[in-house]
Amino acid sequence: MMLNGAEDEEKWLAEGIAGIQHNAFYMHRALDSNNLREALKYSAQMLSELRTSKLSPHKYYDLYMRAFDELRKLEIFFKDEGKHGVSVVDLYELVQHAGNILPRLYLLCTVGSVYIKSKEAPAKEVLKDLVEMCRGVQHPLRGLFLRSYLAQVSRDKLPDIGSEYEGDADTVMDAVEFVLQNFTEMNKLWVRMQHQGPGRLREKREKERNELRDLVGKNLHVLSQIEGVDLEMYKETVLPRVLEQVVNCKDDLSQYYLMDCIIQVFPDEYHLQTLETLLGACPQLQPTVDIKTVLSRLMDRLSNYAASSADVLPEFLQVEAFAKLSNAIGKVIEAQVDMPAVGAITLYVSLLTFTLRVHPDRLDYVDLVLGACVKKLSSIPKLDDSRATKQVVALLSAPLEKYNDIVTALTLSNYPRVMDHLDNGTNKVMAMVIIQSIMKNNTCISTVDKVEVLFELIKGLIKDTDGADVDELDEEDFKDEQNAVARLIHMLYNNEPEEMLKIICTVRKHTMAGGPKRLPFTVPSLVFSALRLIRQLQGQEGDIVGEEVPATPKKIFQLLNQIIEDLSNVPSPELALRLSLQCAEAANDCDLEHVAYEFFTQAFVLYEEEIADSKAQVTAIHLIIGTLQRMNVFGVENRDTLTHKATGYSARLLKKPDQCRAVYACSHLFWVDDQDGIKDGERVLLCLKRALRIANAAQQMANVARGSSGPVTLFVEILNKYLYFFEKGNQQITGAAIQGLIELINTEKQNDSATPDSASDAFLASTMRYIQFQRQKGGIMGEKFESIKL
Amino acid sequence: MVLVLALGDLHIPHRAADLPPKFKSMLVPGKIQHIICTGNLCIKEVQDYLKSLCPDLHITRGEYDEETRCLETKTLTIGQFKLGLCHGHQVIPWGDLDSLAMLQRQLDVDILVTGHTHQFTAYKHEGGVVINPGSATGAYSSITYDVNPSFVLMDIDGLRVVVYVYELIDGEVKVDKIDFKKTTATTHSAH
Repeated sequence: MMLNGAEDEEKWLAEGIAGIQHNAFYMHRALDSNNLREALKYSAQMLSELRTSKLSPHKYYDLYMRAFDELRKLEIFFKDEGKHGVSVVDLYELVQHAGNILPRLYLLCTVGSVYIKSKEAPAKEVLKDLVEMCRGVQHPLRGLFLRSYLAQVSRDKLPDIGSEYEGDADTVMDAVEFVLQNFTEMNKLWVRMQHQGPGRLREKREKERNELRDLVGKNLHVLSQIEGVDLEMYKETVLPRVLEQVVNCKDDLSQYYLMDCIIQVFPDEYHLQTLETLLGACPQLQPTVDIKTVLSRLMDRLSNYAASSADVLPEFLQVEAFAKLSNAIGKVIEAQVDMPAVGAITLYVSLLTFTLRVHPDRLDYVDLVLGACVKKLSSIPKLDDSRATKQVVALLSAPLEKYNDIVTALTLSNYPRVMDHLDNGTNKVMAMVIIQSIMKNNTCISTVDKVEVLFELIKGLIKDTDGADVDELDEEDFKDEQNAVARLIHMLYNNEPEEMLKIICTVRKHTMAGGPKRLPFTVPSLVFSALRLIRQLQGQEGDIVGEEVPATPKKIFQLLNQIIEDLSNVPSPELALRLSLQCAEAANDCDLEHVAYEFFTQAFVLYEEEIADSKAQVTAIHLIIGTLQRMNVFGVENRDTLTHKATGYSARLLKKPDQCRAVYACSHLFWVDDQDGIKDGERVLLCLKRALRIANAAQQMANVARGSSGPVTLFVEILNKYLYFFEKGNQQITGAAIQGLIELINTEKQNDSATPDSASDAFLASTMRYIQFQRQKGGIMGEKFESIKL
Repeated sequence: MVLVLALGDLHIPHRAADLPPKFKSMLVPGKIQHIICTGNLCIKEVQDYLKSLCPDLHITRGEYDEETRCLETKTLTIGQFKLGLCHGHQVIPWGDLDSLAMLQRQLDVDILVTGHTHQFTAYKHEGGVVINPGSATGAYSSITYDVNPSFVLMDIDGLRVVVYVYELIDGEVKVDKIDFKKTTATTHSAH
């Protein structure tokens, strides 16, 4: 039966700890009795526990720490020559008699610490000796901990500038040399761990290595803390040596960790000044190293550094940081041919973030980054990795967020080219992001050039792109997209009529390419944009002589005519009818009789030929009547033709009640309350009488069809219209006529055997109240109403 | 105190991109008990937005509305007042007070709210009050030139209603108010 590995380890650790405690006990006794020999003996035995190969790094560390604590006590003893009577020089020699090399070296380092402190020899010599002697232990785990011990005890004894250990013989250079050497050896040991043991345990080894990485990294930290390591020394000695080891060790775990360590541990100004060297190492690293993360972290640090104070910005320019980073990234991408798209694009996103933070005013840099990305994207056949797509969207969104003004993003020549590489779905998503950015910031886009660029960017929404599967379109999504485009059109505006007309023509060009499905969404916005322009031009004297397209209302109406015709070909007759009527009214205000007549013709043709639904017809005819009622530009003939048509169609609606209402609405066509308005009392009355006849017919039909006549509502409505014109002074409508109508209504009510209709009763009641009210007014109005005998 | 928001003729997306930001920041959910909308929103997005401000939303059909199944007219009772709602393109001549008064008599309401002209008005006549909240987005109108964005907030308290009109003029929100009082409480017709 196999023993559980973890259980074994626990057992061994326990044994090791017991061993240490046991020997420590006797060592303490020896220390108390100033017995050097015994102390050395038991301490050596104690340290032998560290010779084990059975423990994982995590457990070994536990054992090591216990030994470490004990060695501190031993060091205190060593220091006090009075207690043991041996000089430190002799002691240094004495401990080298220990049997096994590992205990020997731990003891040596401990004495070495005392030795340096005594200043009986230059620090540099002792340090050099120790760092070389440690070579005797080549076992990775044991060697790492041993050297870590050396680093710990020597930490405060380095001949740094201003330290007590600095002297003629000792300089900072020696301190640096020592640490560099220890670092180099430790890294070698650490890398060697990777190749120990069978292949199948590789993952386990990597995990264990990761647990030990800070031991190696600590050396870099120490280097950064040495006062004497200024920029010069860092540049000339420290960085080149460290990078040499990093590159030569050819181990991806080590390379990734150490590169990151360098970036995090040393100051940002150093990085700026050694950018070329640092970046130069990147292409030399193993291809499996996640260099993009390293570079991203470097760029993040530098971005934060730039943000910390405005004073440092000139430095960035001076060292040409952008150019160097940009080149380095290019080289890395070139060198690592197998790097997936997402990796490359993530790098560009980091670079762009850096650029936007450090050089936000340099749009040329921003464009360069986008351009480099385009180049990379062009080399891959198709972008089908969703993570890569996300990164491209992040790349495109960054400038939008940074410069709230979309117009800035529009000047980046590579922006649309990046978008071209997105798949159709994502392209549309990005287009929506752009539109939403414009809406959110209330941006106004005011020149034709910018409109062109904008429409280039959102072309995925404007028209069907090649290869797009139209069947896949989700109805809801499509509607949202088109409504977004429709709203966008109102953000395209220029106060100058000439330019505005050019913008309108440009928008038309693009939206017309959208096909029948899109026109009903986009055409209304375009039409109202044009109508606003016409209103702006209204009243301007004379024709404006423009370059290509003079901005005159006439020209714009011609354009509108064509646009509405395109819309009705979709077919979209109801919308086209409404827009035609809007244009007719606008033409009326511009005093263009023929143009207005044309639009009315268009509306009528649409009504006749295209609008078959009875409900739609009712609304349409009311819109025609309402618009026509307001027209004052028509001469008698034209007006007559149109009113004749309107009343004719009103009488031919399907349902009688609808006929009735439309016909009495037509009565207003013959009475306009303006000064010069038409006031044809006779024709008004004719309409009302016709409506009355229809109402009668409706009652009779109801009798036949349902056995009882319907409510008198229609009659009451007509009564109200009689009152209206009576009040306005239509001579043809007499008090007697109104009386008669009231009597008729009352008769009808009595004949109606069905349950009384409270709505029509209330209507009648309030109408009668109104008559009473007018009577009681007194004066001319009162007199008038008096003639209605109730 | 019951707050009723009356607005309409937004014409989004045909004639306007969105409500003015100053209006949007004023209209927060939870403050209003009812919304009555004359119509011409025109798309569902706008309806959803209004619903988010207040779940009790009443809309009538405008001629450009995407949703064609809305009613042509609507009546509702809030406190002591009967309100009527209609877009107004059905009442010819457009904007004519006497013709609107006829509709008011027909619906038998104290307050009639209509739109279509994009012009704020509030008239008192024999039968009651006719209110037009104007266009909340200041949308183009063939009837009214120089449309200022506007909407109406009615505060109904017993037999009294205070009509607050909010208008965006030259970038500033201006408020005006008009008082109306009913003489008698609403009675249900006994037939």
